[in-house]
Amino acid sequence: MAISDDVLVIGGGLAGVSSALAAAQEGVRVRLISHKKSTLRNASGLIDLLGYADGELVADPFEAIPVLPEGHPYERVGIEAIRGGFSLFDEAVGASYLGAHTDRNALVPTYGGTVKPTARYPVSTAAGLASDSRSTLLVGFEGLSAFDAPLAAEHLQAADVPFDVHGVSIAFPKRFRSDATAMRFARALDRDEPAENGESHTRDVLVETVKAHLDGAERVGFPALLGEDTPEEVRGSLESALGVDVFEVPMGPPSLPGLRLEDRLYEALDEAGVRVTTGNPVAEFDTENGRITTVYTDRGGQRVPFEASEVVLATGGLVGKGIGSNRKGVYEPVFDCYVSHPEERSEWSREGAFDDHPFARFGVSVDRDMQPLDAEESAEYGNLRAAGSVLGGYDLANEKSGSGVSIATGYAAGRAAGEHA
Amino acid sequence: MSVHTSSGTESDTEVVVIGGGSTGCGIARDLAMRGVEVTLVEKGNLTHGTTGRMHGLLHSGARYAVSDQESARECITETRVLEDIASHCVEETGGLFVQLEEDDDAYYEEKLQGCRDCDIPAEELTAEQAREVEPYLTNEAQRAIRVPDGAIDPFRLCVANAADTERHGGRIETHAPVTDLLVEDGEVVGVEIQHESGPGKRVHGKEGETEEIRAEYVVNATGAWAGRIGEMAGLDIEVRPSKGVMVVMNVRQVDTVINRCKPKGDADIVVPHETTCILGTTDEEVSDPEEYPEEQWEVDLMIDELSKLVPLLEDARTIRSYWGVRPLYEPPDTGTTDPTDISRQFFLLDHADRDGVAGMTSIVGGKLTTYRLMAEEISNHVCEQLGVEGECTTAEEPLPGSEDFSVLRDYMEEFGLRSPIGKRSVQRLGSKAEEVLKTGERNPVVCTCEAVTSAELRDAISHAGTDLNATRIRTRASMGNCQGGFCCHRMAAELSPAYDERVVRDSLDELYQERFKGQRHALWGEQLSQAMLNHALHATTMNRDRDPARKEEPGIEYGAFDAGPSPGVSGDGSTRATADGGVRSDGGTPDSGAGRSGKSAKKREGEHGDQ
Ligand SMILES: Cc1cc2nc3c(=O)[nH]c(=O)nc-3n(C[C@H](O)[C@H](O)[C@H](O)COP(=O)(O)OP(=O)(O)OC[C@H]3O[C@@H](n4cnc5c(N)ncnc54)[C@H](O)[C@@H]3O)c2cc1C
Ligand SMILES: Cc1cc2nc3c(=O)[nH]c(=O)nc-3n(C[C@H](O)[C@H](O)[C@H](O)COP(=O)(O)OP(=O)(O)OC[C@H]3O[C@@H](n4cnc5c(N)ncnc54)[C@H](O)[C@@H]3O)c2cc1C
Repeated sequence: MAISDDVLVIGGGLAGVSSALAAAQEGVRVRLISHKKSTLRNASGLIDLLGYADGELVADPFEAIPVLPEGHPYERVGIEAIRGGFSLFDEAVGASYLGAHTDRNALVPTYGGTVKPTARYPVSTAAGLASDSRSTLLVGFEGLSAFDAPLAAEHLQAADVPFDVHGVSIAFPKRFRSDATAMRFARALDRDEPAENGESHTRDVLVETVKAHLDGAERVGFPALLGEDTPEEVRGSLESALGVDVFEVPMGPPSLPGLRLEDRLYEALDEAGVRVTTGNPVAEFDTENGRITTVYTDRGGQRVPFEASEVVLATGGLVGKGIGSNRKGVYEPVFDCYVSHPEERSEWSREGAFDDHPFARFGVSVDRDMQPLDAEESAEYGNLRAAGSVLGGYDLANEKSGSGVSIATGYAAGRAAGEHA
Repeated sequence: MSVHTSSGTESDTEVVVIGGGSTGCGIARDLAMRGVEVTLVEKGNLTHGTTGRMHGLLHSGARYAVSDQESARECITETRVLEDIASHCVEETGGLFVQLEEDDDAYYEEKLQGCRDCDIPAEELTAEQAREVEPYLTNEAQRAIRVPDGAIDPFRLCVANAADTERHGGRIETHAPVTDLLVEDGEVVGVEIQHESGPGKRVHGKEGETEEIRAEYVVNATGAWAGRIGEMAGLDIEVRPSKGVMVVMNVRQVDTVINRCKPKGDADIVVPHETTCILGTTDEEVSDPEEYPEEQWEVDLMIDELSKLVPLLEDARTIRSYWGVRPLYEPPDTGTTDPTDISRQFFLLDHADRDGVAGMTSIVGGKLTTYRLMAEEISNHVCEQLGVEGECTTAEEPLPGSEDFSVLRDYMEEFGLRSPIGKRSVQRLGSKAEEVLKTGERNPVVCTCEAVTSAELRDAISHAGTDLNATRIRTRASMGNCQGGFCCHRMAAELSPAYDERVVRDSLDELYQERFKGQRHALWGEQLSQAMLNHALHATTMNRDRDPARKEEPGIEYGAFDAGPSPGVSGDGSTRATADGGVRSDGGTPDSGAGRSGKSAKKREGEHGDQ
């Protein structure tokens, strides 16, 4: 017999979680099915809303959103749902994120040495904001080539940040394999492992080394590896020992702030009573009268059925594999929803690496009720909605709008699904 | 010797070699080893031309054993030489000529006989035996001939030749296009070069400056561009450039060179290279060696045709595609219409005999496999003109870095490198490994796809300066699955602190752009997903597309942005109550509860440690 729920959310990233939480608020029975870990593993953990519009830096996203073109996900959902989605997010993550006190964007220094506009930021990055004028020391580690602190400091100076900043590269108190990732460093700090010298512990040695470079700096930034399981404790102990604020600089994959956020969101799902099934992809489905009745996951060749009255597709974009492509075209692999794209493959991208690439906008298009539309602009299925980066019509990288779109559209789709269920 | 004048510099040398491909580098080394004073000038970096865009097959000669037996004999001889003197550039993979059901039996027999006629070892395999060698070979295979084909790394090969030229007192000048030939009394007496701007190591000239290099003899080794150099002295050199596509796969589906056993045709070889396989190729005449269409059908054809030999290729992931132009030459009045019929042999054109213009010889045609032989013959010719007695020793003297493999295994342990990384770095560096790896510092892996370490990059940078593309070519860093998305910025950081932040940033932009350009033709499936991931990483997280440090970006008014919530002060238009307890702007101890829910996070042992 099939497992039966009111709302079935497919995809376990920011959009899927937001949908599931919003649907659950409507008092219905919600299940979330996800194949793999989400894109958050790759993402910085910053929650962008809208950083650039028409190539211009945006200080207040809510002023810029009303002028976005028709078809943009924010235009589809409207301001009220964006605010609703962000409130839902703020509640779910509690004190672990900041930024809700204002509509304004914050500028956060990231590991390439630039600053980027974002709407919500992990508390661990808060002391590093670029509009805060306290003098800053950036600390990098010799074995971790992704963050070169002296170079990042020079880069920030070139961006005319309103504070003194210098960078230093030090040896981490413990030596790792030559291809160790940020994870390994984080664990050594979590456990406060014995340092290389065998006499003291990692945190103490780190503090002593950094102290020698402080030179009056009022805050110290480290690459985002200050603890995997106990980040608050690690950062807290460094702050008390150094006597200054400590912050993390968001990094690339594997991103600890992204993974910490994922953990936090799954706890929120648990608290909201959402049932979660992970590990297998949705591969097939049945329909009746233009409505999806059952979806099947593929568990190593075995079909497992799930029934629901409303379905939300939140399977991600090109990165999350919610949008696929081959030599012949671009498609949505689960329900084969229509994805508009140029016929000629050469027109999928432009020449310059940072040009306005059509591929960055690939995805399904939806109506204002978040229902995916076919090539004739009518709804693909009567009870299907889509959310997050499976949607087309926006360039998350160019606009700095990735997480915001997933949260706002997830909220809108989940709420509508919950109301209809 | 060089003198500064108001307009630029002048210098003189005995021989100028124009062109830094395999042919030019081979000639420079040969002449330098015979004691001739030589200067090589190249308009881009080494391998900028066809050499950097070829298939990398070290020909056993079997490919030509039916159509062109003279070339076939040269190939097998030179392959044996290169296995000896350039072992760090060669992988002796072996090769198969595979007959499919629709392929002609008679041609198979001719191929076998042809190999035997040319002394190319050729062993017949049944379909089963062939699949034992290559498990992913199609079930449709009828039988196969095993021959000693191999893979050759053209980048290392050129760099090794150039390095040896310098060791023997020669001068290598890259980023220095020849802008004119100096012609006096109907004789070529040197070249004018322009020292170009742009990144790269320039020792001898300043950007934008011209230099006249006077020489007793000039060798034109510009391959597909030879006609352009000829024009500078009013000479007509009939090169017929012909383009070919190559498609790079993400993994090494085969360990042997796989050829289709049929007469000439497009898309009939797969060559394994390091961690990849390269599919090739096409053969189509073009009018301009630099501006020609790079077409999607060519890429599709590679996959469609070659998956008949190795079905796995149909759904495999491609990384990128690139094109090269063959410098084919046809003596006047031959009038061949199909470029695949033009001979693969090489030609020495002494312009004194041919055109009555003394002082210069052009070398055209040929292939990379026979580069050393080509260099030997032209060097003999040049030495004859100059009255130099030196003997050619390039077939016996190993290239730098190739000498000793066995001692290198010990270095792996000494440097604490794990085996695949240690093995591959050490192989890439050859006998220079000790010098390069023993820096006493930590040596993190910078490019994880290709396992290139920081020490290797720094060594390459000491030669290539800020030209990260040249460093990429020497080390293969940024050439794997992620196409530089995860490592371009790390590579650039290796330039610091020797170069300042601005230079590092420009070099990074240039490398990232070049990596993107190369992927554009392979953007679908996994590789398109990867491109989106890279885009998100570099534009979203790093904001490199709108880097406020760039002069084109308007300055930021930092005061207009959120500086963090300070308790007690209400925000402007806040959407909900201030999140409290998390900010410590007073420098005090943190609030214990912030962000912790009390439950402990799940363990992620092993799962996330792969990048
Ligand atoms: C490198 C990188 C850096 C980024 N940096 C930032 C940043 O700094 N700021 C910002 O705001 N945003 C950033 N983003 C963007 C942001 O992370 C994404 O837009 C957002 O996380 C997408 O969420 P999603 O839920 O739509 O998709 P995803 O997170 O991709 O989730 C899709 C989920 O669906 C599952 N799934 C797919 N197919 C199936 C199936 N058939 N059956 C079941 N499950 C399936 C997947 O396993 C996955 O769990 C970044 C993204 C990347 C890649
Ligand atoms: C698609 C394809 C596949 C191939 N596969 C193989 C193979 O598998 N095995 C094999 O053995 N051979 C192969 N070849 C052939 C081989 O690549 C070439 O024969 C060889 O690389 C030619 O080297 P070269 O030095 O003569 O020419 P190039 O490498 O083209 O060198 C000429 C150099 O001259 C420079 N130059 C041009 N104009 C100027 C100027 N004005 N001033 C200064 N410098 C200038 C150019 O920048 C260039 O670097 C292949 C060729 C192609 C096109």
